[in-house]
Amino acid sequence: MCLAVPGKVLSTFDQHGVRMAKVQFGGVVREACLECVPEVQVGEYVLVHVGFALSRIDEAEAERTFEALRELDQLAELEAPAADEPVEQAQSLPGKAGPGGNRR
Amino acid sequence: MKYLDEYRDGEIAARIVDKMRRTLTRPWVVMEVCGGQTHSIVKNGIDYLLPAGVELVHGPGCPVCVTPLEMIDKAHAIARLPNVIFCSFGDMLRVPGSEGDLFTIKSLGGDVRVVYSPLECLKIARANPEKQVVFFAIGFETTAPANAMLAWRARAESLNNVSLLVSHVLVPPALEAILEAPGNRVQGFLGPGHVCAVMGYREYDPISARYHVPIVITGFEPLDILQGTLMTVRQLESGRATVENQYSRILDREGNRAAQQLIGAVFEAGDRKWRGIGTIPMSGYHLRDEFSRHDAEKLFDVAGIAPREPEICISGQILRGLKKPHDCPAFGSLCTPQRPLGATMVSAEGACAAYYTYGRHLRPHGADPMHPVVRETEIVHANR
Amino acid sequence: MPTADETSKIPGTSGPEIVAAPAPFGSCPLPISEHQRIVLGHGSGGKLTADLIENIFLPAFRNPTLDKLDDQAVLKIGDLRLAFTTDSFVVTPIFFPGGDIGRLAIHGTVNDLAMSGARPLVLSAAFILEEGLAMDDLRRVVESMRAAAAEAGVQLVTGDTKVVNRGKGDQIFITTTGIGIIENDVNISADQATPGDKIILSGTIGDHGMTIMSQREGLEFEGAIESDCASLSGLVVTMLSTPTQRRDFIHTMRDPTRGGVATTLNELARRANVGIVIDQRSIPVRESVKGACEVLGLDPLYVANEGKLLAFVVPEMAEAVLDRMRQHPLGCDAAIIGEVVDTHPGMVLMKTEIGGTRVLDVMFGEQLPRIC
Repeated sequence: MCLAVPGKVLSTFDQHGVRMAKVQFGGVVREACLECVPEVQVGEYVLVHVGFALSRIDEAEAERTFEALRELDQLAELEAPAADEPVEQAQSLPGKAGPGGNRR
Repeated sequence: MKYLDEYRDGEIAARIVDKMRRTLTRPWVVMEVCGGQTHSIVKNGIDYLLPAGVELVHGPGCPVCVTPLEMIDKAHAIARLPNVIFCSFGDMLRVPGSEGDLFTIKSLGGDVRVVYSPLECLKIARANPEKQVVFFAIGFETTAPANAMLAWRARAESLNNVSLLVSHVLVPPALEAILEAPGNRVQGFLGPGHVCAVMGYREYDPISARYHVPIVITGFEPLDILQGTLMTVRQLESGRATVENQYSRILDREGNRAAQQLIGAVFEAGDRKWRGIGTIPMSGYHLRDEFSRHDAEKLFDVAGIAPREPEICISGQILRGLKKPHDCPAFGSLCTPQRPLGATMVSAEGACAAYYTYGRHLRPHGADPMHPVVRETEIVHANR
Repeated sequence: MPTADETSKIPGTSGPEIVAAPAPFGSCPLPISEHQRIVLGHGSGGKLTADLIENIFLPAFRNPTLDKLDDQAVLKIGDLRLAFTTDSFVVTPIFFPGGDIGRLAIHGTVNDLAMSGARPLVLSAAFILEEGLAMDDLRRVVESMRAAAAEAGVQLVTGDTKVVNRGKGDQIFITTTGIGIIENDVNISADQATPGDKIILSGTIGDHGMTIMSQREGLEFEGAIESDCASLSGLVVTMLSTPTQRRDFIHTMRDPTRGGVATTLNELARRANVGIVIDQRSIPVRESVKGACEVLGLDPLYVANEGKLLAFVVPEMAEAVLDRMRQHPLGCDAAIIGEVVDTHPGMVLMKTEIGGTRVLDVMFGEQLPRIC
């Protein structure tokens, strides 16, 4: 539980003997403590809660499960009533590139 | 923002809901454990999107709400002391004790500081060697690694003016308390995604087996919650009861070993009192003896005031998923975030506060939740 | 069903669907905490502020003009219609990315005048300086005010200075008061809002508030967040001069400062006794502001802005006004975010990103970072 946000590790450094990182969230950068995710490399994503990285985000797993979500019941698209909203959405979908490409 | 935006896609949401509708043959009651999940559900109107027959009830996953009144009074008593810099997460600032809240204490001259991370207390302590820096260490297992690191570093650097007032609570014993309670309606759980990022989900296997309830460890974005609910419903419909992981991009069964080791080195499990529920055995963390000189409960001799909860408050039943906020006659009238009467209204994450914040006390008269005016609004077109 | 006026009274004691309060509550053992002292939340522009105004100020000073509770008073003096407003500025730190307290003090008051369609004319400025304030800092603030006044086309015509003891003043407080002229029978105020009006937001939200938040200890962000502090009078003139035969096509304008867009829309809905519906996906937010809000658990809709406006425009003119705005530097991200409706008066509904519905209430007290 609790508010934790995914961010990208830009760089790592040492502070008073504790392993820290500069992490990018959207357009801003903040420090986070990496002591509990020692295997994380620059360029990878972590989940940060109260300035503390709790977990490394498994990009491959994320891609796999999100594709499954997107392809959820392909047949349903033929049967179901038309969606209420236009297909074009204001926000872009990062991370769309992947196996199967963009089916939308 | 990567790993956030794509989990807020309305089209995919509609498809998941549709799938759920076609899977459903009878009504089910599912509890989401975390306050953060409650927040997301109410903020996004997710419960309104679900097919009729799937009921989400809100669990006790709000550490602020379940912090006992005695502990809050202790915190306030310490914050009032002249030589103390009292540090806390923002969530705790408006929680009233028997007399006022941390905001009031600040207005009377107390040095109360909001911190985003417990590690900031180390900076504050180094900069103020003559003051006592006390950190209000509340939270579930999610926050335990960060709080543990504070204690660990304070001891390592001999920062003897740093102490923690600990009120940590654990999820698995709370689930059991809910399942044991008479009148329990909960048939499946959306498990706490971030708690499990730290602890893994091994602890939930025996609970799922003993009570024959599906537990799907779920994230916090709308698509996470919808997918987690779908997975739970599928299990319920097929009579299965096992622990599944919806939040696999973040966690696996073992969780974060390094974090668990850090927690184990600093804390030990013990009994804890939960506001609105009572004492649940082995449901909290206490600082180990090696950290006594950083334990604010031991350092500060603050006599707890005997607190009295208002009789009208039904927080206990809400935290156990037996009642909803609008079942309470005081909801939105006598009891509001401005004047909270009990646990679930005192913090922004509590079910009552979440409902109030997102206007559930103001629901348009007689309007269907998917308000026709909102559905028909063609605002997005106009901006192209 | 209670009217909007009733719902804007003491919060928590009225509302459309309240279950009738049973009698036995009189013997509740715990006293309901009333504020005996001012707390920071009283200044954040939300419910607590509204409480203070309702319970302390209005009863003392009641008159028809004040009762309108617009950001500016419109005074009729002979044939002249003057807009008159005042505002104080206590921001810390006094210098921040995108501005400073001086710039804020000029633009804030100019904007309040501009929101009634007035042409801002003159300002006064009163300074409360803390003993020990660096003279260089004061020079910097004053120079900034000079530049801002020139940008806004106003003159500072009178002022005052006081000094208070060290520790009693947080470096510098500034109060500015402004006068403007409303020309051409323009009639823009909250109570003109009409069902059918489209709601236009002039640009990205949350920039100012998150800039200030990011300067607080422990919450520093690296990254391009800066205050949007600017005078809106030029943008307003551009909007008002949209070519048309139609008169009075802008019904209402307000700048969403403290409490953010959500609080301002609620104020307008209640004042005009109309309903409002907005679409979350149409609201422009910078990536940096969004990231900062996600990390701290804040909602951009409740974060202060200092260079943005909300306008209620008659539907047939909305696209034209939007186009005009987008050609102006301060309106390049303008968007139609919603409309005024005749259902659920006094209430703001929002369609969420995911397609759900949510009621958008006013902010309660101070916005605080959360962990849950």
